[in-house]
Amino acid sequence: MSADAIGTEVTGYDAVPGPVTVRVALPGHLRALANVPGELLVKASAPVTIGSVLDAVERECPVLRGAIRDHGAGARRPYVRLFACEEDLSFDGWDAPVPPPVVEGREPLLVVGSISGG
Amino acid sequence: MSSVRVLVGTRKGAFVLTSDGTRKDWKVDGPFFNGWEIFHVAGSPADPNRLWASQSTSWFGQQVQRSDDGGASWQPVGNEFGYVGDPGDHLWYDGTPKPWKFTRVWHFEPSLTDPEVVWAGVEDAALFRSGDGGASWQELPALREVRGHEWMPGAGGLGLHTLVLDHADPQRMFAAISAAGVFRTDDGGESWRAINKGLRSGHLPDQDAEIGHCVHRIAMHPERPSTLYMQKHWDVMRTDDAGENWYEVSGDLPTDFGFAVQVHAHEPETVYVVPITSDEFHVAFEGKLRVYRSRSGGGEWEPLTTGLPQRDCYVDVLRDAMAVDSLESCGVYFGTTGGQVYASADSGNTWQPIVRDLPSVLSVEVQTLP
Repeated sequence: MSADAIGTEVTGYDAVPGPVTVRVALPGHLRALANVPGELLVKASAPVTIGSVLDAVERECPVLRGAIRDHGAGARRPYVRLFACEEDLSFDGWDAPVPPPVVEGREPLLVVGSISGG
Repeated sequence: MSSVRVLVGTRKGAFVLTSDGTRKDWKVDGPFFNGWEIFHVAGSPADPNRLWASQSTSWFGQQVQRSDDGGASWQPVGNEFGYVGDPGDHLWYDGTPKPWKFTRVWHFEPSLTDPEVVWAGVEDAALFRSGDGGASWQELPALREVRGHEWMPGAGGLGLHTLVLDHADPQRMFAAISAAGVFRTDDGGESWRAINKGLRSGHLPDQDAEIGHCVHRIAMHPERPSTLYMQKHWDVMRTDDAGENWYEVSGDLPTDFGFAVQVHAHEPETVYVVPITSDEFHVAFEGKLRVYRSRSGGGEWEPLTTGLPQRDCYVDVLRDAMAVDSLESCGVYFGTTGGQVYASADSGNTWQPIVRDLPSVLSVEVQTLP
């Protein structure tokens, strides 16, 4: 589901246990590939970790399997970085919790293609 | 009236060029998958509306796109290419071991008879097959068993770039890998062996080495399945016994370095190559873009220049960037690293650019449509 599909105002965090809605900002090439015009909204269950959010992204958009994380071992692709709340989460590991503002739907998880190659 | 559809893969997207049988006026559609590298676009001989595109970037990996309507629309299909077992190591440029790792699909070869079946040649070099329209891919691991731990990449990577299907024998296939050589199966891929006898490669200490030859491309005429032509890193080669023995047919070419080689659709002894200055420069020889044609199966070559730039031209023509159609007057097509796609509707006698300013062209295929 994309944010554009339900309107730009993003709510959805529910303090009670259960799935929460997480905003994910994809780079342009992956938005085009997955046909997602804006932010992607995914349901992730508590505890909300980087890995569980990406699991949800790949469930919502199967075409992104292998594009952010490698098939097989599931390693982050070398030129893909993950940010949120002005923090680099790329090396935090899949079990690391995402920052509370991401869980609360106030900030997106940013999937970024590295600036490289000139 | 027959028509042609030219499938072009570039550094930044795919393009579909169409014309009627006169091949004078062209419609250009694209870019598809804008911004992604499209190593190859291929059409199914069994269903010409089924197309395959290899879409990749270093950032986001490999996608496989399939069209069932001749390129009007596309859908992503399976993109998981897992080697069978632990593939271990191959050799890196400096001779040290390097773990086998999938990078991208270099080439698709659709089945001649079944639109659901397609083979994919990949980097690091291996051959995969899909029998379900691209939903899943299975490696044919016996190919890597032919001393794969000794394979070393060419400058562009360790890629399986050519798969030639024998039209008379569906169990026989030829695979070419840079820089390992040519391999043949006679049992549908269950087993393979190297067929590089007669190749001479200056970079190898053993000129009779079974593997390690930098084969750039091979081509076959469907009615002459035992004869193959090869553009090697240096030398244009030929075999008349399905690869058991190769001999040089570079003849009077101005330089025998190059990438592309093709065979005329109706004349099995008519062959095309594009001489390139050298492995150091990778540009058209003497600043002139010339296709060379042999009507004698190699040895004697004539330059084809009418309509092609004959001064200040420094483009390259890559291995998968030349193709022929099968209209009565055979059409020949090639794309350049400068973004031009040239077409000849008269077997190479005269040329015209279809488009001049595409991104750098990686591959050109042609479909002849009823």
